[in-house]
Amino acid sequence: MLKINKAKWLELFAALSAQGTLYVPANVDDKVDFTIWQNATEVDLQATQTAKSIKNIFFPQVENLLDFKTDGLKLSVEQRMLPEEATIAFGVRGCDVRSFEVLDKVFLKDPVDTFYKARRENCTIVSLACSAPDETCFCGTFAIDATNPGGDVTTWLVGDELFWQANTDKGSQLTEKVKTLLVEGDAAEVAAQQKATKEIMAKMPLADFKIAAKIPAEQEKVFNSTVWQQLSGTCLSCCACTYVCPTCHCYDVRDFEVDNKVERFRCWDSCMCKDFTKMAAVNPRVSRLERFRQRYMHKLVYFPENNEGTFACVGCGRCLQKCPVNLNIVKVAKALEVAKDV
Amino acid sequence: MQKIAELIKKEAESLLKEKKVTAVLAWQPGEFYYDNSPAYFTSLEQLDKLVYNEFCPANLSKYLMTGSKKKETMAIFAKPCDTYGINQLIKDHRVKRELITVIGIPCSGMIDIKKIKAQGVKGIISVAVEGEKVIVKTAYGEKTFNKTDILLAKCMSCKGSDYMIADKELGEKMEVKCQKLDPLAGVTKLEAMTSKERFAFWQEELSKCIRCNACRDICPACSCEQCIFDNQEAAVAGKASANTAEEQMFHIIRAYHVAGRCVGCGECARVCPQGIQLGLLNTKFSKDISMFYGKYQPGADTDSKAPLVDYKFDDVEPTISAKGGR
Repeated sequence: MLKINKAKWLELFAALSAQGTLYVPANVDDKVDFTIWQNATEVDLQATQTAKSIKNIFFPQVENLLDFKTDGLKLSVEQRMLPEEATIAFGVRGCDVRSFEVLDKVFLKDPVDTFYKARRENCTIVSLACSAPDETCFCGTFAIDATNPGGDVTTWLVGDELFWQANTDKGSQLTEKVKTLLVEGDAAEVAAQQKATKEIMAKMPLADFKIAAKIPAEQEKVFNSTVWQQLSGTCLSCCACTYVCPTCHCYDVRDFEVDNKVERFRCWDSCMCKDFTKMAAVNPRVSRLERFRQRYMHKLVYFPENNEGTFACVGCGRCLQKCPVNLNIVKVAKALEVAKDV
Repeated sequence: MQKIAELIKKEAESLLKEKKVTAVLAWQPGEFYYDNSPAYFTSLEQLDKLVYNEFCPANLSKYLMTGSKKKETMAIFAKPCDTYGINQLIKDHRVKRELITVIGIPCSGMIDIKKIKAQGVKGIISVAVEGEKVIVKTAYGEKTFNKTDILLAKCMSCKGSDYMIADKELGEKMEVKCQKLDPLAGVTKLEAMTSKERFAFWQEELSKCIRCNACRDICPACSCEQCIFDNQEAAVAGKASANTAEEQMFHIIRAYHVAGRCVGCGECARVCPQGIQLGLLNTKFSKDISMFYGKYQPGADTDSKAPLVDYKFDDVEPTISAKGGR
């Protein structure tokens, strides 16, 4: 186990950023979000959660895929180059680390999404263990160990010391580059913090929250349950939950016309939107109930069915914090658990 | 507020029992005391879940549209500020007056959980409101706040305790006790900027937008059945937050569309997951409309003519507005 004192973090960030574009959690506009590190960036390693997930590092909210150009009667198609930039995602919490595995199951499955794959391969993930979980956290529901979050390198913040441990070859290579800044640390200090954190986690209101086994098992009953009527009644059909969610991955592909050129881009989309999937004709889910149900069915039933039981939720709690009317996956799963018709 | 909650429950019970309405609009509790959700109550059994406390900021008025569309009767428990939205929806022919029962409920100001969290509070286990004190117990300890320090911004410029529409009023009127914020303070600051500074301000502010549409979807003045931004055929339909122009298009068109109809409920800014100061645009429009056409408060009534749809011979000349209203 290695470590680095707070006094040297600036040097560490500078050294890391020399290896690639460095994303860090930092104070941006009165909230903590991942941002590209520069010398004056106020890195925040205390915040439990960034406002948005870091999925956009691999799956940007908007990206151009193709250009069509016309020159007289000649039409040319230019494919955008695959991203080659090396990146380092620093300070990623356990829930978000797990979310990459969920996204991999979508984008790396045949047909492979080459843009996603390139970005994923070019990135080294330096995770940060949680030591002060929030009441909205429920990563334990999905057997995620927030005190040992994984990734290529794991770090633990204990007082003013940042403990550092490489987990993969990629992680070891990165460690080599910053080795001169790191000193030997005592693993016992990390173990003590992990124990303390787990004790705090046990006190949290969602500590015992589990997704009832019958939910993914009883697809038809869940789908037809009368619970959706009550649950979806006050959903606004906005996309706040989708866009802050680390595992939501739907996108739309559209064309943008500029002069003699058409740019084909893709952008995040949400099954909560009325105009979802209209590129293929219509949105088959005409009512709010159907759209609401789809998002939760996908996360709790369809996704696990197609991916060896993995839920498309990592318990980060962002939807609990950001929904304008406080509807969220916990509320849905709890209502389904006690529903008489499921 | 506890007493009011009891009165609300009793009232809801009698409304449903006597079959005066098919649904009652109120709030139900969430996981952590501070995260109540709006909810429809259609049966007596559901009523033990009805809640009213300092964490019921949501303006429920827009949900009335569902009932009016289905020609169903609905009752709504409305705080004074919510009643403006109800009137505006009636005026916009989205809610049918004869189908709704409005029960006015007093409010002493709603608490902003984000303000509590901004003080470094996390791991909340319970919240107790005792008079003007708010005691927050967490897994890391306990912290006491003065309610006045953690009120929602919209409550700090509260329009008052009167109901603009109510078939019945419950309990005694309450006041929001705090140092009132001038609702025009933000606009005055913007007006003092040069146009370049103002442009830079809005570019920065609007570039935070993630196009989730929460502001539009909660807004009682945004009551179109099909929003132009959901129309694939419209050139402005971009879902992408591609560059600042894209978001400016959305927010500025929306602000223009609700001009003269925005009741100033402050919900757009409250629900924005990115913390954009959305109300500023609308407040500027409201201020200008009142200046050009005489004092006008959308949602104060259901039958007055709105200035932007009422032509008068001595209406203000466009040359005046071209000077930015100054």
